[in-house]
Amino acid sequence: MHMTNATDMTHTYADLPALMGLMTGDEKHGPAATSTLDVLWVLYDRVLRVSPERMADPERDRFLLSKGHGPMAYYAVLAAKGFVPVEWLPGFGSYDSPLGHHPDRTLVPGAEIGSGSLGHGLPIAVGTALGLRAQGLDEPRVWALIGDAELDEGSNHEAIAFAGPAGLDRLHTVVVDNSSATYARPGGIAARFEAAGWSALTVDGRDHEALYAAFTAPHPGRPHVVVARVEPKSA
Amino acid sequence: MDTMRDRFAPVVSRLLDEDPRVAVVLAEIGVDGFAEAARRHPDRVVNVGIREQLLVGAAAGLALTGMRPVVHTFASFLVERPFEQVKLDLGHQDAGAVLVSAAASFDWPAGGYTHMAPGDVALLDTLDGWTVHVPGHPDEAETLLRHAVAAGDDKVYVRLSLQSNGRALPVDGQRFRTVREGRSGVVVAVGPMLDTVLAATEGLDVTVLYATTVRPFDGEALRRAARAAGTDVVLVEPYLAGTSTATANDALSEVPHRVLGLGVGRRELRRYGQVEEHVAAHGLDARSLRERIGGFVGAAVPA
Repeated sequence: MHMTNATDMTHTYADLPALMGLMTGDEKHGPAATSTLDVLWVLYDRVLRVSPERMADPERDRFLLSKGHGPMAYYAVLAAKGFVPVEWLPGFGSYDSPLGHHPDRTLVPGAEIGSGSLGHGLPIAVGTALGLRAQGLDEPRVWALIGDAELDEGSNHEAIAFAGPAGLDRLHTVVVDNSSATYARPGGIAARFEAAGWSALTVDGRDHEALYAAFTAPHPGRPHVVVARVEPKSA
Repeated sequence: MDTMRDRFAPVVSRLLDEDPRVAVVLAEIGVDGFAEAARRHPDRVVNVGIREQLLVGAAAGLALTGMRPVVHTFASFLVERPFEQVKLDLGHQDAGAVLVSAAASFDWPAGGYTHMAPGDVALLDTLDGWTVHVPGHPDEAETLLRHAVAAGDDKVYVRLSLQSNGRALPVDGQRFRTVREGRSGVVVAVGPMLDTVLAATEGLDVTVLYATTVRPFDGEALRRAARAAGTDVVLVEPYLAGTSTATANDALSEVPHRVLGLGVGRRELRRYGQVEEHVAAHGLDARSLRERIGGFVGAAVPA
Protein backbone atom coordinates (compact mmCIF):
# COMPACT_ATOMS: atom_id res chain seq x y z
CA MET A 1 0.00 0.00 0.00
CA HIS A 2 1.03 3.58 -0.44
CA MET A 3 1.26 5.77 2.64
CA THR A 4 4.16 7.95 1.73
CA ASN A 5 2.30 11.23 1.74
CA ALA A 6 -1.07 12.64 2.63
CA THR A 7 -2.08 13.59 -0.88
CA ASP A 8 -1.32 10.22 -2.38
CA MET A 9 -4.57 9.38 -4.15
CA THR A 10 -3.68 5.82 -5.08
CA HIS A 11 -5.16 4.12 -2.03
CA THR A 12 -7.58 1.36 -2.79
CA TYR A 13 -10.19 -0.57 -0.89
CA ALA A 14 -7.54 -3.13 -0.04
CA ASP A 15 -5.63 -0.48 1.90
CA LEU A 16 -8.48 0.30 4.30
CA PRO A 17 -7.80 -2.43 6.89
CA ALA A 18 -4.23 -1.24 7.26
CA LEU A 19 -5.38 2.37 7.58
CA MET A 20 -7.82 1.33 10.28
CA GLY A 21 -5.04 -0.64 11.90
CA LEU A 22 -3.08 2.58 12.32
CA MET A 23 -5.88 3.77 14.64
CA THR A 24 -6.50 0.57 16.53
CA GLY A 25 -3.17 -1.26 16.39
CA ASP A 26 -5.04 -4.24 14.98
CA GLU A 27 -5.51 -5.33 11.40
CA LYS A 28 -8.53 -7.44 12.24
CA HIS A 29 -11.79 -5.61 12.93
CA GLY A 30 -15.09 -6.94 14.11
CA PRO A 31 -18.35 -6.18 12.31
CA ALA A 32 -19.22 -3.29 14.60
CA ALA A 33 -16.06 -1.43 13.67
CA THR A 34 -16.51 -1.99 9.98
CA SER A 35 -20.28 -2.10 9.44
CA THR A 36 -20.05 1.16 7.54
CA LEU A 37 -16.83 0.41 5.65
CA ASP A 38 -18.21 -0.81 2.31
CA VAL A 39 -20.98 1.79 2.22
CA LEU A 40 -18.47 4.55 2.89
CA TRP A 41 -16.02 3.26 0.31
CA VAL A 42 -18.58 2.95 -2.49
CA LEU A 43 -19.95 6.42 -1.71
CA TYR A 44 -16.56 8.13 -1.62
CA ASP A 45 -15.06 6.10 -4.45
CA ARG A 46 -17.91 6.17 -6.94
CA VAL A 47 -20.89 8.30 -5.92
CA LEU A 48 -20.07 11.48 -4.01
CA ARG A 49 -18.84 14.43 -6.03
CA VAL A 50 -16.40 15.59 -3.40
CA SER A 51 -12.66 15.89 -3.09
CA PRO A 52 -10.22 17.61 -0.72
CA GLU A 53 -9.94 20.49 -3.20
CA ARG A 54 -13.72 20.95 -3.38
CA MET A 55 -14.56 21.37 0.30
CA ALA A 56 -15.26 25.09 -0.15
CA ASP A 57 -17.18 24.52 -3.39
CA PRO A 58 -20.91 25.21 -2.91
CA GLU A 59 -21.61 22.74 -5.75
CA ARG A 60 -20.08 19.76 -3.93
CA ASP A 61 -22.19 16.89 -2.66
CA ARG A 62 -22.67 16.78 1.11
CA PHE A 63 -22.08 13.60 3.10
CA LEU A 64 -23.20 13.77 6.74
CA LEU A 65 -22.04 10.94 8.98
CA SER A 66 -24.79 10.88 11.59
CA LYS A 67 -23.73 7.63 13.23
CA GLY A 68 -20.52 9.07 14.61
CA HIS A 69 -19.72 6.17 16.90
CA GLY A 70 -16.94 3.90 15.69
CA PRO A 71 -15.58 6.34 13.09
CA MET A 72 -12.43 4.39 12.19
CA ALA A 73 -13.83 3.30 8.85
CA TYR A 74 -14.82 6.91 8.11
CA TYR A 75 -11.38 8.27 8.97
CA ALA A 76 -9.75 5.46 6.96
CA VAL A 77 -11.80 6.37 3.89
CA LEU A 78 -11.13 10.09 4.37
CA ALA A 79 -7.42 9.28 4.61
CA ALA A 80 -7.54 7.01 1.58
CA LYS A 81 -9.16 9.80 -0.41
CA GLY A 82 -6.72 12.46 0.73
CA PHE A 83 -8.95 14.52 3.04
CA VAL A 84 -7.10 13.50 6.20
CA PRO A 85 -3.33 12.98 6.37
CA VAL A 86 -2.49 9.34 6.97
CA GLU A 87 -0.01 10.55 9.58
CA TRP A 88 -2.93 11.67 11.76
CA LEU A 89 -4.39 8.19 12.12
CA PRO A 90 -2.09 6.74 14.83
CA GLY A 91 -3.04 9.60 17.17
CA PHE A 92 -6.72 8.58 17.06
CA GLY A 93 -8.50 9.68 20.25
CA SER A 94 -5.49 11.36 21.86
CA TYR A 95 -5.59 14.87 23.32
CA ASP A 96 -3.71 16.51 20.47
CA SER A 97 -5.42 14.57 17.69
CA PRO A 98 -8.14 16.11 15.50
CA LEU A 99 -9.57 12.58 15.20
CA GLY A 100 -11.81 11.77 18.14
CA HIS A 101 -13.96 8.76 18.82
CA HIS A 102 -16.76 10.94 17.52
CA PRO A 103 -15.88 13.30 14.66
CA ASP A 104 -15.84 17.10 15.03
CA ARG A 105 -16.48 18.97 11.79
CA THR A 106 -14.31 21.88 12.88
CA LEU A 107 -11.32 19.54 13.30
CA VAL A 108 -11.67 16.90 10.57
CA PRO A 109 -11.06 17.97 6.97
CA GLY A 110 -13.88 16.64 4.84
CA ALA A 111 -16.35 16.13 7.69
CA GLU A 112 -19.54 18.10 6.97
CA ILE A 113 -20.90 17.65 10.50
CA GLY A 114 -19.76 16.59 13.92
CA SER A 115 -21.68 13.67 15.36
CA GLY A 116 -21.84 11.41 18.35
CA SER A 117 -25.23 12.05 19.90
CA LEU A 118 -27.59 10.00 17.76
CA GLY A 119 -30.40 11.40 15.64
CA HIS A 120 -28.90 14.72 14.65
CA GLY A 121 -27.55 14.09 11.14
CA LEU A 122 -30.76 13.50 9.24
CA PRO A 123 -32.53 16.67 10.45
CA ILE A 124 -29.39 18.66 9.60
CA ALA A 125 -29.33 16.96 6.18
CA VAL A 126 -32.93 18.10 5.62
CA GLY A 127 -31.88 21.68 6.33
CA THR A 128 -28.83 21.31 4.10
CA ALA A 129 -31.06 20.15 1.25
CA LEU A 130 -33.43 23.08 1.88
CA GLY A 131 -30.53 25.53 1.96
CA LEU A 132 -29.08 24.30 -1.32
CA ARG A 133 -32.50 24.45 -2.96
CA ALA A 134 -33.11 27.96 -1.69
CA GLN A 135 -29.84 29.10 -3.27
CA GLY A 136 -30.64 27.52 -6.62
CA LEU A 137 -27.80 25.03 -6.25
CA ASP A 138 -29.52 22.19 -8.07
CA GLU A 139 -26.57 19.85 -8.60
CA PRO A 140 -25.41 18.94 -5.09
CA ARG A 141 -26.92 15.89 -3.48
CA VAL A 142 -27.12 15.39 0.25
CA TRP A 143 -26.39 12.08 1.98
CA ALA A 144 -26.83 11.11 5.61
CA LEU A 145 -25.54 7.84 7.04
CA ILE A 146 -27.40 6.50 10.04
CA GLY A 147 -27.47 3.21 11.90
CA ASP A 148 -30.48 0.96 12.34
CA ALA A 149 -30.51 1.46 16.11
CA GLU A 150 -30.05 5.18 15.60
CA LEU A 151 -33.53 5.13 14.11
CA ASP A 152 -34.81 4.66 17.65
CA GLU A 153 -34.29 8.41 18.10
CA GLY A 154 -37.51 10.27 17.37
CA SER A 155 -35.73 13.19 15.75
CA ASN A 156 -35.11 10.97 12.70
CA HIS A 157 -38.81 10.43 12.32
CA GLU A 158 -39.45 14.17 12.33
CA ALA A 159 -37.05 14.39 9.39
CA ILE A 160 -38.35 11.34 7.55
CA ALA A 161 -41.98 12.42 7.89
CA PHE A 162 -41.17 15.91 6.62
CA ALA A 163 -38.81 15.12 3.75
CA GLY A 164 -41.12 12.72 1.91
CA PRO A 165 -44.17 14.95 1.61
CA ALA A 166 -41.87 17.95 1.02
CA GLY A 167 -40.46 16.13 -2.03
CA LEU A 168 -36.83 16.70 -1.07
CA ASP A 169 -35.50 14.55 -3.86
CA ARG A 170 -31.89 15.64 -3.44
CA LEU A 171 -31.89 14.06 0.03
CA HIS A 172 -30.46 10.56 0.42
CA THR A 173 -30.18 8.40 3.50
CA VAL A 174 -28.24 5.20 3.88
CA VAL A 175 -29.20 3.09 6.88
CA VAL A 176 -26.48 0.64 7.82
CA ASP A 177 -28.48 -2.20 9.32
CA ASN A 178 -26.44 -4.51 11.53
CA SER A 179 -29.49 -5.56 13.51
CA SER A 180 -28.37 -3.63 16.55
CA ALA A 181 -31.79 -2.17 17.44
CA THR A 182 -33.31 -3.95 20.43
CA TYR A 183 -36.84 -3.56 19.09
CA ALA A 184 -37.24 -4.09 15.37
CA ARG A 185 -39.43 -5.88 12.86
CA PRO A 186 -38.33 -7.45 9.56
CA GLY A 187 -38.59 -4.91 6.79
CA GLY A 188 -39.57 -2.26 9.29
CA ILE A 189 -36.89 0.24 8.32
CA ALA A 190 -37.75 0.52 4.63
CA ALA A 191 -41.47 0.40 5.42
CA ARG A 192 -41.26 3.46 7.63
CA PHE A 193 -39.48 5.48 4.96
CA GLU A 194 -41.88 4.25 2.27
CA ALA A 195 -44.87 5.21 4.40
CA ALA A 196 -43.52 8.77 4.39
CA GLY A 197 -43.23 8.77 0.60
CA TRP A 198 -39.55 7.95 0.18
CA SER A 199 -38.07 5.76 -2.51
CA ALA A 200 -36.51 2.78 -0.70
CA LEU A 201 -34.14 -0.03 -1.65
CA THR A 202 -32.69 -2.73 0.58
CA VAL A 203 -29.41 -4.32 -0.46
CA ASP A 204 -26.46 -6.35 0.80
CA GLY A 205 -24.26 -3.80 2.52
CA ARG A 206 -21.10 -5.69 1.58
CA ASP A 207 -21.87 -5.98 -2.16
CA HIS A 208 -20.25 -3.01 -3.87
CA GLU A 209 -22.12 -3.38 -7.16
CA ALA A 210 -25.46 -3.72 -5.39
CA LEU A 211 -24.68 -0.70 -3.23
CA TYR A 212 -23.66 1.36 -6.26
CA ALA A 213 -26.81 0.41 -8.14
CA ALA A 214 -28.99 1.31 -5.15
CA PHE A 215 -27.15 4.58 -4.52
CA THR A 216 -27.59 5.69 -8.12
CA ALA A 217 -31.13 4.45 -8.73
CA PRO A 218 -33.42 7.21 -10.03
CA HIS A 219 -36.05 8.52 -7.60
CA PRO A 220 -37.70 11.53 -9.23
CA GLY A 221 -39.61 13.79 -6.87
CA ARG A 222 -38.85 11.71 -3.80
CA PRO A 223 -36.04 11.42 -1.27
CA HIS A 224 -34.24 8.09 -1.39
CA VAL A 225 -33.18 5.63 1.30
CA VAL A 226 -30.86 2.67 0.89
CA VAL A 227 -30.99 0.09 3.65
CA ALA A 228 -27.60 -1.62 3.62
CA ARG A 229 -27.82 -4.89 5.50
CA VAL A 230 -24.64 -6.28 7.03
CA GLU A 231 -23.91 -9.10 9.42
CA PRO A 232 -25.59 -8.67 12.83
CA LYS A 233 -23.57 -6.81 15.43
CA SER A 234 -24.15 -9.61 17.92
CA ALA A 235 -23.04 -12.36 15.54
CA MET B 1 -50.67 49.21 20.83
CA ASP B 2 -49.48 46.34 18.67
CA THR B 3 -47.26 43.67 20.18
CA MET B 4 -43.64 42.73 19.58
CA ARG B 5 -44.85 39.60 17.88
CA ASP B 6 -47.09 41.65 15.57
CA ARG B 7 -43.87 43.24 14.32
CA PHE B 8 -41.98 39.98 13.89
CA ALA B 9 -43.47 38.68 10.63
CA PRO B 10 -43.58 42.07 8.83
CA VAL B 11 -39.99 42.92 9.78
CA VAL B 12 -38.60 39.52 8.87
CA SER B 13 -40.66 39.49 5.65
CA ARG B 14 -38.90 42.71 4.65
CA LEU B 15 -35.54 41.15 5.53
CA LEU B 16 -36.44 38.19 3.29
CA ASP B 17 -36.94 40.69 0.47
CA GLU B 18 -33.71 42.53 1.22
CA ASP B 19 -31.27 39.69 1.92
CA PRO B 20 -31.18 36.42 -0.07
CA ARG B 21 -29.32 34.73 2.81
CA VAL B 22 -32.31 35.01 5.13
CA ALA B 23 -34.60 32.02 5.59
CA VAL B 24 -37.46 31.61 8.05
CA VAL B 25 -38.02 28.26 9.73
CA LEU B 26 -41.28 27.63 11.56
CA ALA B 27 -43.05 24.77 13.30
CA GLU B 28 -46.67 25.71 12.54
CA ILE B 29 -46.70 28.49 15.15
CA GLY B 30 -46.59 31.86 13.40
CA VAL B 31 -47.11 30.47 9.88
CA ASP B 32 -50.06 32.74 9.04
CA GLY B 33 -47.93 35.88 9.37
CA PHE B 34 -45.62 34.65 6.64
CA ALA B 35 -48.26 33.66 4.08
CA GLU B 36 -47.45 36.54 1.74
CA ALA B 37 -43.68 36.17 2.21
CA ALA B 38 -43.99 32.44 1.49
CA ARG B 39 -45.61 33.26 -1.86
CA ARG B 40 -42.71 35.57 -2.76
CA HIS B 41 -39.99 33.29 -1.35
CA PRO B 42 -41.35 29.75 -1.35
CA ASP B 43 -37.92 28.18 -0.76
CA ARG B 44 -36.97 30.54 2.07
CA VAL B 45 -40.07 30.25 4.25
CA VAL B 46 -40.11 26.72 5.61
CA ASN B 47 -42.72 25.22 7.89
CA VAL B 48 -41.57 21.83 9.19
CA GLY B 49 -44.82 21.02 10.98
CA ILE B 50 -45.01 20.37 14.71
CA ARG B 51 -41.43 19.10 14.85
CA GLU B 52 -39.18 21.17 17.03
CA GLN B 53 -36.08 18.96 16.89
CA LEU B 54 -36.26 19.22 13.12
CA LEU B 55 -36.95 22.95 13.44
CA VAL B 56 -33.55 23.58 14.98
CA GLY B 57 -31.71 20.80 13.12
CA ALA B 58 -32.96 22.04 9.76
CA ALA B 59 -31.98 25.59 10.69
CA ALA B 60 -28.46 24.34 11.36
CA GLY B 61 -28.38 22.63 7.97
CA LEU B 62 -29.52 25.84 6.28
CA ALA B 63 -26.75 27.72 8.09
CA LEU B 64 -24.13 25.19 7.00
CA THR B 65 -25.00 25.99 3.39
CA GLY B 66 -24.46 29.70 4.05
CA MET B 67 -27.99 30.85 4.85
CA ARG B 68 -29.08 32.99 7.80
CA PRO B 69 -31.97 31.09 9.42
CA VAL B 70 -34.53 32.89 11.57
CA VAL B 71 -36.28 30.32 13.72
CA HIS B 72 -39.50 31.00 15.58
CA THR B 73 -41.90 29.37 17.98
CA PHE B 74 -42.91 29.69 21.63
CA ALA B 75 -39.91 29.87 23.97
CA SER B 76 -40.71 26.55 25.62
CA PHE B 77 -40.62 24.75 22.26
CA LEU B 78 -37.69 26.74 20.84
CA VAL B 79 -35.15 26.50 23.66
CA GLU B 80 -36.34 23.90 26.14
CA ARG B 81 -37.76 21.05 24.07
CA PRO B 82 -34.96 20.94 21.45
CA PHE B 83 -32.22 22.06 23.81
CA GLU B 84 -29.75 19.43 22.64
CA GLN B 85 -30.26 20.61 19.06
CA VAL B 86 -29.52 24.16 20.21
CA LYS B 87 -26.41 22.91 22.01
CA LEU B 88 -25.09 20.59 19.31
CA ASP B 89 -26.62 21.45 15.92
CA LEU B 90 -25.88 25.15 16.38
CA GLY B 91 -23.16 25.36 19.04
CA HIS B 92 -21.07 22.25 18.42
CA GLN B 93 -21.49 22.46 14.62
CA ASP B 94 -20.39 26.08 14.79
CA ALA B 95 -23.51 27.14 12.89
CA GLY B 96 -25.32 30.43 13.47
CA ALA B 97 -29.02 31.21 13.70
CA VAL B 98 -31.46 33.76 15.05
CA LEU B 99 -33.91 32.18 17.47
CA VAL B 100 -36.96 34.38 18.04
CA SER B 101 -39.31 33.26 20.78
CA ALA B 102 -42.79 34.26 21.81
CA ALA B 103 -44.87 33.70 24.94
CA ALA B 104 -41.95 34.48 27.29
CA SER B 105 -42.32 33.59 30.98
CA PHE B 106 -46.11 33.77 31.28
CA ASP B 107 -47.60 35.70 28.36
CA TRP B 108 -50.46 33.19 28.22
CA PRO B 109 -51.21 32.34 31.84
CA ALA B 110 -54.48 30.66 30.94
CA GLY B 111 -52.40 28.22 28.89
CA GLY B 112 -50.63 27.03 32.01
CA TYR B 113 -47.10 25.93 32.76
CA THR B 114 -46.60 23.97 29.52
CA HIS B 115 -46.47 27.29 27.68
CA MET B 116 -44.26 29.15 30.15
CA ALA B 117 -40.49 29.39 29.74
CA PRO B 118 -39.00 31.45 32.57
CA GLY B 119 -35.81 29.38 32.31
CA ASP B 120 -34.97 30.07 28.66
CA VAL B 121 -32.20 32.62 29.21
CA ALA B 122 -30.71 30.62 32.09
CA LEU B 123 -30.57 27.57 29.84
CA LEU B 124 -28.79 29.49 27.09
CA ASP B 125 -26.36 30.67 29.76
CA THR B 126 -25.01 27.11 29.94
CA LEU B 127 -23.80 27.53 26.35
CA ASP B 128 -21.05 29.62 24.81
CA GLY B 129 -21.41 32.50 22.41
CA TRP B 130 -25.09 33.43 22.52
CA THR B 131 -26.25 37.01 22.18
CA VAL B 132 -29.55 37.54 24.01
CA HIS B 133 -31.85 40.45 23.23
CA VAL B 134 -34.84 41.18 25.50
CA PRO B 135 -36.69 44.12 23.95
CA GLY B 136 -39.06 46.11 26.12
CA HIS B 137 -41.21 47.63 23.39
CA PRO B 138 -42.33 46.66 19.86
CA ASP B 139 -40.15 49.40 18.33
CA GLU B 140 -37.15 48.05 20.20
CA ALA B 141 -38.04 44.54 19.09
CA GLU B 142 -37.98 45.69 15.48
CA THR B 143 -34.54 47.27 15.90
CA LEU B 144 -33.12 44.28 17.75
CA LEU B 145 -34.51 41.81 15.20
CA ARG B 146 -32.66 43.71 12.50
CA HIS B 147 -29.48 43.70 14.60
CA ALA B 148 -29.84 39.97 15.16
CA VAL B 149 -30.27 39.04 11.52
CA ALA B 150 -27.41 41.34 10.50
CA ALA B 151 -25.03 39.82 13.05
CA GLY B 152 -23.08 37.69 10.59
CA ASP B 153 -23.27 34.04 11.60
CA ASP B 154 -23.69 34.76 15.30
CA LYS B 155 -26.01 32.78 17.50
CA VAL B 156 -28.68 35.24 18.66
CA TYR B 157 -31.78 34.80 20.81
CA VAL B 158 -34.53 37.42 20.66
CA ARG B 159 -37.12 37.11 23.42
CA LEU B 160 -40.42 38.68 22.41
CA SER B 161 -43.15 39.25 24.97
CA LEU B 162 -46.64 40.66 25.27
CA GLN B 163 -45.34 42.60 28.27
CA SER B 164 -44.16 45.98 27.14
CA ASN B 165 -43.16 49.42 28.37
CA GLY B 166 -45.28 52.42 27.41
CA ARG B 167 -42.70 53.98 25.15
CA ALA B 168 -39.61 52.83 23.31
CA LEU B 169 -36.07 53.94 24.04
CA PRO B 170 -33.17 53.95 21.60
CA VAL B 171 -31.41 50.58 21.66
CA ASP B 172 -28.11 49.68 20.02
CA GLY B 173 -28.01 45.91 20.42
CA GLN B 174 -25.07 46.10 22.81
CA ARG B 175 -25.11 48.50 25.71
CA PHE B 176 -27.19 49.25 28.79
CA ARG B 177 -28.77 52.69 28.92
CA THR B 178 -28.80 54.97 31.96
CA VAL B 179 -32.39 56.01 32.57
CA ARG B 180 -32.12 57.56 36.01
CA GLU B 181 -29.15 58.51 38.17
CA GLY B 182 -28.88 58.21 41.94
CA ARG B 183 -26.28 57.70 44.66
CA SER B 184 -27.35 54.73 46.75
CA GLY B 185 -27.69 51.70 44.54
CA VAL B 186 -28.00 50.50 40.95
CA VAL B 187 -31.11 48.82 39.60
CA VAL B 188 -30.84 47.02 36.27
CA ALA B 189 -34.25 46.75 34.62
CA VAL B 190 -34.40 44.21 31.82
CA GLY B 191 -36.70 44.74 28.83
CA PRO B 192 -40.38 44.96 29.71
CA MET B 193 -39.59 45.43 33.43
CA LEU B 194 -38.53 49.05 32.95
CA ASP B 195 -41.84 50.88 33.48
CA THR B 196 -42.54 48.92 36.65
CA VAL B 197 -39.01 49.47 37.94
CA LEU B 198 -39.26 53.22 37.31
CA ALA B 199 -42.56 53.33 39.19
CA ALA B 200 -41.14 51.19 41.98
CA THR B 201 -38.07 53.38 42.44
CA GLU B 202 -39.81 56.74 42.20
CA GLY B 203 -38.26 58.97 44.86
CA LEU B 204 -35.54 56.46 45.72
CA ASP B 205 -31.97 57.65 45.27
CA VAL B 206 -30.92 54.88 42.87
CA THR B 207 -29.50 54.67 39.39
CA VAL B 208 -31.66 52.75 36.92
CA LEU B 209 -29.96 51.05 33.98
CA TYR B 210 -32.07 49.71 31.15
CA ALA B 211 -30.88 46.45 29.58
CA THR B 212 -32.29 45.14 26.32
CA THR B 213 -29.21 43.16 25.34
CA VAL B 214 -28.31 41.00 28.34
CA ARG B 215 -25.74 38.70 26.72
CA PRO B 216 -23.05 39.72 26.41
CA PHE B 217 -23.72 41.50 29.72
CA ASP B 218 -22.64 45.14 29.70
CA GLY B 219 -20.37 44.86 32.71
CA GLU B 220 -18.67 48.15 31.93
CA ALA B 221 -21.99 50.01 32.25
CA LEU B 222 -22.62 48.36 35.60
CA ARG B 223 -19.13 49.21 36.89
CA ARG B 224 -19.51 52.79 35.72
CA ALA B 225 -22.88 53.14 37.42
CA ALA B 226 -21.56 51.52 40.60
CA ARG B 227 -18.69 54.01 40.82
CA ALA B 228 -21.21 56.82 41.29
CA ALA B 229 -24.10 55.01 42.93
CA GLY B 230 -22.35 52.38 45.03
CA THR B 231 -22.13 48.65 44.67
CA ASP B 232 -25.56 47.58 45.91
CA VAL B 233 -27.03 46.12 42.72
CA VAL B 234 -30.56 44.90 42.08
CA LEU B 235 -31.36 42.99 38.91
CA VAL B 236 -35.01 42.93 37.81
CA GLU B 237 -35.45 40.37 35.06
CA PRO B 238 -38.63 39.14 33.33
CA TYR B 239 -37.40 35.53 33.44
CA LEU B 240 -36.00 33.28 36.17
CA ALA B 241 -34.86 35.27 39.23
CA GLY B 242 -31.11 35.38 39.55
CA THR B 243 -30.40 34.52 35.91
CA SER B 244 -27.86 37.36 35.67
CA THR B 245 -26.63 37.34 39.26
CA ALA B 246 -23.43 35.48 38.44
CA THR B 247 -22.79 37.73 35.45
CA ALA B 248 -23.23 40.86 37.57
CA ASN B 249 -20.95 39.36 40.23
CA ASP B 250 -18.30 38.74 37.60
CA ALA B 251 -18.58 42.34 36.41
CA LEU B 252 -17.95 43.61 39.95
CA SER B 253 -15.38 40.99 40.99
CA GLU B 254 -12.76 43.67 41.72
CA VAL B 255 -14.85 45.45 44.36
CA PRO B 256 -16.89 44.43 47.39
CA HIS B 257 -20.52 44.40 46.29
CA ARG B 258 -23.97 42.95 46.89
CA VAL B 259 -26.37 41.67 44.24
CA LEU B 260 -30.08 40.97 44.63
CA GLY B 261 -31.60 39.03 41.74
CA LEU B 262 -35.32 39.56 41.24
CA GLY B 263 -37.43 37.89 38.62
CA VAL B 264 -39.77 34.97 38.08
CA GLY B 265 -39.77 32.39 40.86
CA ARG B 266 -38.91 28.74 40.32
CA ARG B 267 -41.95 27.40 42.11
CA GLU B 268 -44.72 26.32 39.78
CA LEU B 269 -47.79 28.34 40.71
CA ARG B 270 -50.33 26.00 39.08
CA ARG B 271 -52.49 29.05 38.41
CA TYR B 272 -54.11 30.33 35.21
CA GLY B 273 -55.64 33.81 34.98
CA GLN B 274 -54.07 37.04 33.71
CA VAL B 275 -50.51 38.30 33.17
CA GLU B 276 -50.96 40.92 35.91
CA GLU B 277 -51.88 38.23 38.41
CA HIS B 278 -48.68 36.32 37.63
CA VAL B 279 -46.62 39.49 37.81
CA ALA B 280 -47.98 40.06 41.30
CA ALA B 281 -47.61 36.42 42.34
CA HIS B 282 -43.90 36.59 41.49
CA GLY B 283 -43.49 39.87 43.38
CA LEU B 284 -42.78 41.82 40.22
CA ASP B 285 -45.49 44.47 40.59
CA ALA B 286 -44.38 48.01 41.46
CA ARG B 287 -45.40 47.82 45.12
CA SER B 288 -43.55 44.54 45.77
CA LEU B 289 -40.49 45.70 43.85
CA ARG B 290 -40.41 48.96 45.81
CA GLU B 291 -40.38 47.08 49.11
CA ARG B 292 -37.71 44.64 48.02
CA ILE B 293 -35.47 47.17 46.28
CA GLY B 294 -35.88 49.73 49.06
CA GLY B 295 -35.17 47.13 51.70
CA PHE B 296 -32.04 45.96 49.95
CA VAL B 297 -30.44 49.33 49.28
CA GLY B 298 -31.40 50.50 52.75
CA ALA B 299 -33.45 53.43 51.56
CA ALA B 300 -36.24 54.72 53.69
CA VAL B 301 -39.18 54.02 51.44
CA PRO B 302 -41.48 57.05 51.38
CA ALA B 303 -45.09 56.04 51.67
